[in-house]
Amino acid sequence: MSDADRTDETTFDAGESGPDEAFEPVQVFPEAEEMDLRPGADSCYKCSTCDTNCPVAEVDDEFPGPKFQGPEQWRLKQTDEDYDVDDSVMKCSNCMRCDSSCPSDVPLSQMHNTARGEYVREQQSKTSVEYWRNRLLANYRTSAWLASYVPRLANAAMNFGPARWVMEKAMGVTSEREFPSFATETFREWWASRGGAEASRERARRARIERGLVAAADGGDGGDSRDGAADGDDGTDRKIAYFHGCYANYNTPEVGKALVRVFEQFGYEVVVPEQGCSGTPMFANGMLDDARRHAETNVPSLSALVEEGYDAVCSCTSCSMALRQEYPELFDYDGVDDVASNTYEAVEYLRINEDLSGALSGVEVEYPDLSYHAPCHARNQGLHRQAVELFRDLEGVTVTDVGDSCSGISGTYGWKADRYDVSMAIGEEMFEHMEAAEGTTGLTECPTCAMQMEHGTGYEIRHPLQVLEAALVDA
Amino acid sequence: MAIESDVLVIGGGLAGTMAALSAAREGANVRLTSYKQSTLRMATGLVDVLGYVDGEGPVADPFEAMDRLHEGHPYSILGEATLRDGLSLFDDSVPGYRGGHTDANALVPTHGGTVKPTARYPASVAPGVASAGGDLLLVGFQTVTDFDAPLAARHLEAAGVPFDVDGVTIPFPGDLRDDAKVTRYAQSLDEDEEVTGGGRQLGTRKDLAERVKAKLDGHERVGFPALLGEENHDDVRADLVRYLDVPVFEVPMGPPSLPGMRLEDRLFAALDDSGASIDSGNPVVDYEADGDGRVDSVILDRNGNRVPYHADQFVLATGGLVGKGIASDRAGVREPIFDCHVPHPADRYDWFEDGVFDDHEFARFGVDVGEDLRPRDGEGTVAFDNLRAAGSVVGGYDLAAEKSGAGVSIATGYEAGRRAAEEV
Repeated sequence: MSDADRTDETTFDAGESGPDEAFEPVQVFPEAEEMDLRPGADSCYKCSTCDTNCPVAEVDDEFPGPKFQGPEQWRLKQTDEDYDVDDSVMKCSNCMRCDSSCPSDVPLSQMHNTARGEYVREQQSKTSVEYWRNRLLANYRTSAWLASYVPRLANAAMNFGPARWVMEKAMGVTSEREFPSFATETFREWWASRGGAEASRERARRARIERGLVAAADGGDGGDSRDGAADGDDGTDRKIAYFHGCYANYNTPEVGKALVRVFEQFGYEVVVPEQGCSGTPMFANGMLDDARRHAETNVPSLSALVEEGYDAVCSCTSCSMALRQEYPELFDYDGVDDVASNTYEAVEYLRINEDLSGALSGVEVEYPDLSYHAPCHARNQGLHRQAVELFRDLEGVTVTDVGDSCSGISGTYGWKADRYDVSMAIGEEMFEHMEAAEGTTGLTECPTCAMQMEHGTGYEIRHPLQVLEAALVDA
Repeated sequence: MAIESDVLVIGGGLAGTMAALSAAREGANVRLTSYKQSTLRMATGLVDVLGYVDGEGPVADPFEAMDRLHEGHPYSILGEATLRDGLSLFDDSVPGYRGGHTDANALVPTHGGTVKPTARYPASVAPGVASAGGDLLLVGFQTVTDFDAPLAARHLEAAGVPFDVDGVTIPFPGDLRDDAKVTRYAQSLDEDEEVTGGGRQLGTRKDLAERVKAKLDGHERVGFPALLGEENHDDVRADLVRYLDVPVFEVPMGPPSLPGMRLEDRLFAALDDSGASIDSGNPVVDYEADGDGRVDSVILDRNGNRVPYHADQFVLATGGLVGKGIASDRAGVREPIFDCHVPHPADRYDWFEDGVFDDHEFARFGVDVGEDLRPRDGEGTVAFDNLRAAGSVVGGYDLAAEKSGAGVSIATGYEAGRRAAEEV
């Protein structure tokens, strides 16, 4: 960390004011109007490690890399008022690998997000096809929400050849990919028809009795028993707020269902709060206003629950990344930090709070062998090895790590006709390793990595929560 | 308390990986946690043990020269046998390294044109060592500005090497951007990308060899900056040898360093094979003690979540002042996780001398340990029964002046891991 963001308290002199006088602070510097990224820029000693980790720079010679996009561009802007953000910032896929590679803690992705936001706000034409294409892709939740009313029709229409041809020609959305199909029953519909939070509380209570956390007699009727018993002993503090995001709701409700069943099995009461998009695709497209709009739903909704003792849990590693890192880096309002420091990825949460390895030992599952790809955003949270290590000793399934390359799709990135080839070139290494591995089923936490894995190999893709469900709930 | 292991190693550099390998070999259940990617990527990939003692050198035999080190140097504390055992563990764990056949140091040409006394080095460097003999041609590339081959050649000749050295600068085949990274050059060679050379289409390797052949002029070996491939590194070198018909070697470079990345890959593959768990991405910021002078858990910070990692034994391998395992400000010098005692003069103007290459006090800053590698407080009392330190977080030696960084990391890592596993 640079010294620029520290004040040296030892040299501070309060002057004449004694202990009895009211101290009147004087505003020396003008109120900061935008984020001060100077400490980050100063911490960069130009070792270029970030550049050698950038999957886009690896395959696209035109892309100058994260060191330029972040600290160097920031410095250019300080010396030249007319400096325009270089349009190459739109080629950054927001994989955030530069963050986890930097030995000097430079907040590279924060610098990229800020520069990209400025580029879109001030330089990108609001009447261009690119702007509207990006906006459409970034606001996937809106399209998915509409489609969820007519899922069958949407599935047919979205993959209707001539329509896709038009979308590519007119909008620049590649026709190479198949649109993911919409579930005929969304996760939230399933959740409501199953009885919602009430039913979950009852299931969790029964699981706690079964686990011997609490005697059947004083069986803990959920909320009320909190007053009497000490939190933690009877398990009534086991409660999570599930942030399912868009994909598990509209496309893969089986992942959300697996989460609910696994957590309830461990005695956790699940609630499913009001929520929007996490903002990940919006950050990646520089649509910071759109992301802020959704954050204004998510943060109050989650922070109210955090205050009641709930932890926020995500099944998508990009959602958890957004809530715990991008929100506090880019937005400054009440509750952002509380939500960030109480948000977890689902499997991570169980590893921390439960003896998950112990629960899996001696269990045998019937499951296809799996080729696991660690999403870049999981890597950034330090979660890229947990699935492989967790399932290493699980009988009945072999999980092979297919290496540390990026899948290349990066959410909306690989959907852009002009980035499709780059996306597939980045993914090439992963496809090769998947094909060399034993398993012909894929495993990953990230919905769009899953799309890319399926697109490149034709494999069916599962989520680690589904493996846990098979091992702990179905068995 | 769900994240648990017998031995938890904090730090993913050379000392940390050696400690984890050592403990795993003794049968312990091991987890290694690293804040960021391993700093091995920043290093040359060379393994130095001891090159200079009190400014005298290069020393021919590091084991023989150990006797002349001051009391309190990690080598003096641990002894020669421990260093040798550590090097054996390194040799067993890392394929493709040379130098184990002799106690003597090899002299490896560096990209600055000096020779570095080195105990182990990658096979790709071997044909370049001084003792291999033969007139030497260094080849640099116009766009790889970290390596000025003619300048390095003149430096080497001035250093008095017993053979002729010349340097040439040529354009790299193909049309890479002027500020392409070393990994991009490596990739072009890895994939043998088609380039246009002299009006014909041919592979990067062949094109490169032909450009060099025109300058070969009787030289008996050819050195390139260390960018000869990553994934297909051995094939790249073999092809160049075949086309040029002379030995080809790499000159280690500054960060980011391909030989460093290859060493990282090999060490982490060995860790994986040993069954150790690895995680990275979050810093260790704190610890919890159980009141009996033992560390109960360390706390990882995951963007505000404080996640406890429990273990029976802990190894601190977080690096020195550069690696941020030792922190300093105007008020003092400290070890930031456990607040272990770091001996240092009270007046900060005594921390350094005026000349850049003088004998600086700060270069030896680090925790104070005994032969069991447990950090001690100011009175010499062990701080925690189950905490050991390894690598440059340990004080009492000047790795840059002595050229002893890798050797101390290997010896202390090996010993800390072994002792930790023994007590599980």
